[in-house]
Amino acid sequence: MNWLTEYVRPRIRTLLGRREIPDNLWIQCPACEQMIFQRELEKHLKVCPHCGHHMRARAEERLRWTFDPGYGLIELPKVPLDPLRFRDSKRYADRLREAREKTKLEDAILVGHGTIEGAKSVIAAMEFEFMGGSMGAAVGEGILAAAKLAVLQEAPLIVFTASGGARMQEGAISLMQMPRTVIATRLVKEAGLPFIVVLTDPTTGGVTASFAMLGDIHIAEPGALIGFAGARVIEQTVREKLPEGFQRAEYLLEHGILDMVVPRGELRSTLARLIRLLCTQKVESEAA
Amino acid sequence: MRHFLDFEKPIAELESKIDELRRMSEPEGMNIADEVERLNEKVERQLRQIYAKLTPWQKTQVARHPDRPKAGDYIRALITEFTPLAGDRAFADDAAVLSGLGRFRGRSVVVLGTEKGSDTESRVKHNFGMARPEGYRKARRMMALAGRFGLPILSFVDTAGAFPGIEAEARGQAEAIARSIEACLEAPVPMVASIIGEGGSGGAIALAASDCVLMLEHAIYSVISPEGCASILWRDASQAPVAAEALRLTAEDLKRLKLVDRVIAEPLGGAHRDPESAIQAVGDAIAEALGPLLALDSTTLKARRREKFLEMGREGLAQR
Ligand SMILES: [Zn+2]
Repeated sequence: MNWLTEYVRPRIRTLLGRREIPDNLWIQCPACEQMIFQRELEKHLKVCPHCGHHMRARAEERLRWTFDPGYGLIELPKVPLDPLRFRDSKRYADRLREAREKTKLEDAILVGHGTIEGAKSVIAAMEFEFMGGSMGAAVGEGILAAAKLAVLQEAPLIVFTASGGARMQEGAISLMQMPRTVIATRLVKEAGLPFIVVLTDPTTGGVTASFAMLGDIHIAEPGALIGFAGARVIEQTVREKLPEGFQRAEYLLEHGILDMVVPRGELRSTLARLIRLLCTQKVESEAA
Repeated sequence: MRHFLDFEKPIAELESKIDELRRMSEPEGMNIADEVERLNEKVERQLRQIYAKLTPWQKTQVARHPDRPKAGDYIRALITEFTPLAGDRAFADDAAVLSGLGRFRGRSVVVLGTEKGSDTESRVKHNFGMARPEGYRKARRMMALAGRFGLPILSFVDTAGAFPGIEAEARGQAEAIARSIEACLEAPVPMVASIIGEGGSGGAIALAASDCVLMLEHAIYSVISPEGCASILWRDASQAPVAAEALRLTAEDLKRLKLVDRVIAEPLGGAHRDPESAIQAVGDAIAEALGPLLALDSTTLKARRREKFLEMGREGLAQR
C-alpha cells in the first residue's frame, strides 16, 4: 500500500458521504478496494492503477480501445422477440426491454469495422451488461454477421467474448447458436482470414464451447474467468475444493488452452502485430 | 422389478393386481383369464390417457427412466458386426461415449452414442453418460474416420450433459465440445442423430449437429436441465416442473420450432414399457432419413446442413 492511497482513501469516503459529488466520479476497485478517480480509470482502460485488476469493459469500449479513430458500427439482423414466450418471475420480453434501456443496445453484441494500426479488421464485442452477455439468437446472428462482413471486406475477425453462457429464456434456440456460430468461424477460415478470439472476464458455457474455442489464436486478459461449467456446479459434482486460480486465464494458459495472456494496455498493439504477421501474403501482394 | 414413475401409480396398482390374479389358483365361479384380460384393457386405457397428455416435467422423468433403452441397447439391436473402437489418441478412452464401426441394415457405418449405463456398476463405468473431453475428441476422430472412408455416421444421444469436473476443464472441455460440433458440421458424409433420452445442452449438440435429427416422442432436448434452470432463474430447484414447461424441451415443441427434423412415436406407455419396439421404430426412422441423404454428394450435404442450422431460430413459436 502506498502513501498516496493511505492518505487519500479516508478522505474519499467522507466526500462520498456528501451528495454534491456525482456517484460515478470515484470507482472502487473490486479487487484491492481502493478508490480510483473515474478519469484516471478511463485513462488506464479500466485497469486498476493500484493492483492491475482488469475491470469488466463495455462492448462499446472494446471497439473504441481497439480500432483507430473513425470506425463504424453495423446494424445487426433482427430476430424474433421472445420466441418461446418465456416467463420466470418476469417475462423475458420485459427483461429484454429493461436490458435495452439499461445498455442502449439491442442485444449483447456490437459489431464494428475499421482499422487497427492501419490494418483493416472486423470486431464483434460481447456486452456482459446485457443479460450477462448470454447467447441467444441475436448474439448468434451478430457473430454470423461479423463473419460475413469479415469475408466481404477480406478482413480478419476479432471477437471479444464476455458471456455467462446460453440465453436460457430462448431454450433450445440458444443451444442451436453453438453450431450456428461454429459455422461463422468456418466462413472466416475458408476465406483464408484470421479469426482471433480475445477472451475477457467472464466467458463460460455455450460461448466457450463453440466459437470462442475455435480461434486461430486465443488471447485472454489477465485474471479472466474462462471455462465451460460453472464453479458451483463443478464443486457440487466432484465434492472437492477447486484448485487455486482454477478457470482463470493464467490457469488456461498453463493448460495449453490459450496462446497468450495479454494485459489490456497491450491488446491493441498485440492484435495489430498478429494481423500483420498472419496476413503478410495479402499485405505484400497489395504493396506489389 | 419394474420401476414406476409417480404418475404411473394407477398402472402399478393395476399390474400388481394382475400379477396377484395370475398367481392365484382358479377360484370357484371365477374366470381368471377373463379378469386379467379386463384389467389389461384397463391398463391400456389408463396408459393411453396418461401418456396422451404428459407434462414436460413428466416427459423429463420418462426421458430419464432407468428402464428406458440406452445407446448401447440401440447399438446391440440395430448394428451388426459392431466393432468398438477406443481412445482419443492423446489421453484416454472415455467410456461415456460408445464408438465404433458396424453395419446398419447391411451398410457399413460409424456409430457414436452417449451411454448412461443401466445398473450401478455400468453407470459408474460410463460416468452416467457425462463425457469428458476425451469422449468428444474420440467422437471427432471417429467422424474423421467416417469422412475418410465415406461411411455414414449414426449417433445416439442420451446425456445429462458434458461432465462438469476439474480435470475436464483443465483438459479443455469447451474446446473438445466446440471441435466435435465442428466435426459434425464438416463431415463429408451423411449424419443422422437420434435423441433417445436426454439431450443435455452442449454435451448433446456435440454429437447432434447433423443432417437429420430424430427425436423420440418422450425424449427431451434442452439448453439446461429444468433443475438447473429453476435454480438460476427461479432461485429454487423445486420449480423444475415450471422451468421444464417454460424451456419448451419436448419433441413436439422442438419440431414446431424446426430445431429437430422428425419425432418418432414411442410404444404405448413409453420406450421403457416396450424397448424392442422403440428401438425398431428408431431403426426404421434412421433408415428413412438416411436413404435420401446417401444420394447427395459431400458438397451438397455440407451446404444443406449449414443452411438448415442457419435457418434455426429465425422464427419463434406460432401465435396460439
Ligand atoms: Zn485494484
